[in-house]
Amino acid sequence: MSFITGVGLTSYGKHEGSSSLDLMSKAAELAIADAGLKRTEIDGILCGYSTVSPHIMLATVFAEHFGIQPSYAHAVQVGGATGLAMTMLAHQLVDAGVARHVLVVGGENRLTGQSRDASIQALAQVGHPDYEVTLGPTIPAYYGLVASRYMHEYGVTQEDLAEFAVLMRAHALTHPGAQFREPITVADVMASKPVAMPLKLLDCCPVSDGGAAFVVSREPTSATGIRIRGCAQAHTHQHVTAAPALSELGAEIAVAKAKSAAGLSIADTRYAAVYDSFTITLAMLLEDLGLAGRGEAAARVRAGHFGRDGAMPLNTHGGLLSYGHCGVGGAMAHLVETHLQMTGRAGPRQVRDASIALLHGDGGVLSSHVSMFLERVR
Amino acid sequence: MNDNLADWTGGTEAIVYQSCGACDAVQYFHRNFCAACGAPDPATKRASGAGKVYATSLVCRAATPETRAHVPYNIVLVDTVEGFRMMAHGDNDLAISDEVTVSYRPFAGRLIPYFGKT
Repeated sequence: MSFITGVGLTSYGKHEGSSSLDLMSKAAELAIADAGLKRTEIDGILCGYSTVSPHIMLATVFAEHFGIQPSYAHAVQVGGATGLAMTMLAHQLVDAGVARHVLVVGGENRLTGQSRDASIQALAQVGHPDYEVTLGPTIPAYYGLVASRYMHEYGVTQEDLAEFAVLMRAHALTHPGAQFREPITVADVMASKPVAMPLKLLDCCPVSDGGAAFVVSREPTSATGIRIRGCAQAHTHQHVTAAPALSELGAEIAVAKAKSAAGLSIADTRYAAVYDSFTITLAMLLEDLGLAGRGEAAARVRAGHFGRDGAMPLNTHGGLLSYGHCGVGGAMAHLVETHLQMTGRAGPRQVRDASIALLHGDGGVLSSHVSMFLERVR
Repeated sequence: MNDNLADWTGGTEAIVYQSCGACDAVQYFHRNFCAACGAPDPATKRASGAGKVYATSLVCRAATPETRAHVPYNIVLVDTVEGFRMMAHGDNDLAISDEVTVSYRPFAGRLIPYFGKT
């Protein structure tokens, strides 16, 4: 068994003068304090990567900087799925007795540490160096390709996709740490600058500075235990050119295995935290996971289904689209928010019931998937 | 590549793919084995340049000065008649399922495949 015993999250946006290690340290300190632990009690470290400050041994660089000497430490790289992949590994490590308290940490000064062009260029490298990158695609273009096909096959419109941007913004309005806190409408999304059609500026998550961390432990350290009940991965391809048909993508495979590992179904789920790098990502993943029927996710947004007071509250912090996206930490904020909801600490964003949550992360171009069920045990 | 059929990635006006003698799978990304069955030395073949549009995305925001000079440009995925999928550029008004034929154009200092309606 394993429990998420503490979480830490910085605000996302600009942290002028903060390095990736600064942001990781800040989040780590918050998470360890939240777990009620001393830093000397952390015996395992898993960290992500930083495109601003790449290093072949980031976990030990961080451990030295932070001032701990763990018995287990290394970095993990699975693009946007890194946060949940690290959580899955931490779960397995504590379950196997390798470590007692694993610190999972990600953080990057991606906004102020490099130019926006540099970020876009760095991320485009998930494409094939010979057969794709030479054609000048960007991450939005890879997802724009997928969007065009998804819209074609399932009758989804650009206005449908815009609903997800509006929903994430509505959720971010009440979170003081969110990068964007001005309300937007479907018309605003439709009128925003074209980036890689059918995706426009407001269909895309921003580039942010920020950090997020959590502690995964063998036993709960407080009265409310948030247990990792079951998780699974699927990796079908790396490059969009080599992706399988839309009906055979990894989210469906990962969630089926996670449901089986957890002994849970979608009907048991009370809260959802789903990767939302672009509006199309969120729309597709909700439908792949079974949280909406094919082509029906936007209608569910319009009906309030995924709102704070809806039947399936989703990314109540504002997601990558409006809370922000600092790389590895980006989707870790989804887990931090889920933990706050499950422990009744989400303040004005608190939902009625978050006793069982489904989280899903995606890396590359729908390449790598991690699904995870969390359960409140007391 | 296990023989010397040159393609657009090296500046030659051609699309080249591989075909496995053991399992008949075709692949576009070159390797010296078949990714479907693992058999060595798939045959290298030249594609006809005909296909059908699978997906499109018109890039309006590019990240480098060289590519920015070309915006907007349409990135397309094409399902070739030979059975593999490839990324290329194409006419800005291409729609999914359009039948297309390749030509070649310069882009950001290189030669790239460019599809127009057949």
